[in-house]
Amino acid sequence: MRRKDVLDLDDFTVDELNEVLDTTEAMKEVLSRPIKRVPPLRGKTIVNCFFEASTRTRVSFELAAKNLSADVVNISASGSSVEKGESLVDTTRTLQALGADMVVMRHPHAGAPYLVARELDACVINAGDGWHAHPTQALLDLFTVRERLGSIEGRKVVIVGDVLHSRVARSNIWGFATLGAEVVLCGPPTLIPQGIETAVAEGLHRKMGNGVHKEHAAVRVQYDLDKACEDADVLMALRIQKERQAGGLFPSIREYSRLYGLTRERVAKAKFGTLVMHPGPMNEGIEIMPDVAHGPQSVIEDQVANGVAVRMALLYLIAGGQGGKV
Amino acid sequence: MSAAYEEKQILDEDGIRRALTRIAHEILERNQGTDGLILVGLRRRGVQLAEHLAGLIAQFEGVQVPVGELDVTMFRDDLDLRGTRPIVHRSSMPAGVTDARIVLVDDVLYTGRTVRAALEAILSYGRPRQIQLAVLVDRGHRELPIRADYVGKNIPTAHHEQVEVRLREVDGQDEVVLVRGAAG
Repeated sequence: MRRKDVLDLDDFTVDELNEVLDTTEAMKEVLSRPIKRVPPLRGKTIVNCFFEASTRTRVSFELAAKNLSADVVNISASGSSVEKGESLVDTTRTLQALGADMVVMRHPHAGAPYLVARELDACVINAGDGWHAHPTQALLDLFTVRERLGSIEGRKVVIVGDVLHSRVARSNIWGFATLGAEVVLCGPPTLIPQGIETAVAEGLHRKMGNGVHKEHAAVRVQYDLDKACEDADVLMALRIQKERQAGGLFPSIREYSRLYGLTRERVAKAKFGTLVMHPGPMNEGIEIMPDVAHGPQSVIEDQVANGVAVRMALLYLIAGGQGGKV
Repeated sequence: MSAAYEEKQILDEDGIRRALTRIAHEILERNQGTDGLILVGLRRRGVQLAEHLAGLIAQFEGVQVPVGELDVTMFRDDLDLRGTRPIVHRSSMPAGVTDARIVLVDDVLYTGRTVRAALEAILSYGRPRQIQLAVLVDRGHRELPIRADYVGKNIPTAHHEQVEVRLREVDGQDEVVLVRGAAG
């Protein structure tokens, strides 16, 4: 793969996505060995900069880097020079000067990793920026679906919930649509971005040229979850981000749950063998019922486990890209 | 550029079959049978050769020896010199490696660096009783203290020459050829 940074999946080609997913399979086998460590990033330093709370993504990146024999340094906003008012670019330049070959960054503001990527020779991987993008979560979701269902093309993937505030949804839309899935967005109209169908169609056309027809809607919006569930191959619930609901975009949690919660009855309307997914952390009883979250259709734990292998694949591939000194 | 090389056949289909038959017998003789034996092919053509050898051993002894598949890419010592990272394929190990007798199988033994990587890779699966090495062609020019236990054919070569092993499953026919490139 010839790229320095991974900022979102909107610029990933079909071949690049498949390269990551194929490499992930090899990494999964490594994780099944008694000794899970391989040496391709020996001598490389990876800095995890998490300016926002995270457990699974940070631990997953750290394990991935260590499994590849890289040296890992973790920093968070509190306790770093950011607290003293240093700018983001200066902080990350300092990290590069100290020897960072790659910077993995989680930031509360959309676009922050883009700014850093432009300024640094080091590789930058976006581990979530504001409402904007979370490419490694989307890659692990793609991998989980491909592993369980064998293919992605032509599958009906329903993403339910607060799409407006969800970086997971945005990156997943690009990933699934690029690989030819039919993506259906479902949620209260106040939480679905207006005009997202045409925006995605135009983006895909720009990226893939004549292979994609402008008028072909890769993404549809369906406000009725019961209808959206029909014939679905994948049901992905998004977390209701209580911390981002101050604006009163829906009347009550209880009403939201009744209209847009994944229940056993709704899962039963989908295809036999449908996959139930959730990027975590879950609000059980709100967007997903406990019996669904832990039921036979749930692949939520697979998603977490696959996260390490996907991130190993990405770190391995990116280390050979055109990036400056790496 | 394309006119500046010539090919010379070193082994034909029968030659490869005879060499593998002899190696299969040597493996059985050295290990006194098939007990605890695992053949591990190094991607890519080593895997086909390991399967050939397992087939021959099954004919002679009536025992199916497990065959593993190893991609050593991530253990190579020249990754940083190559730029874009090569594709890694999934490895597979059919049985526990600890206390087993492993026979690594590869098509061409040259600098020895692939075998070094394979030794390191196999140890991530456990601690074998013994590791042996079988190659179809040994072309010399070792850069590491590594030698093969079983060799199909020794072929003296110059650095600018290439040995190509072609196998039916991958290349459509069985043969070994020496390719003389334009020097340098």
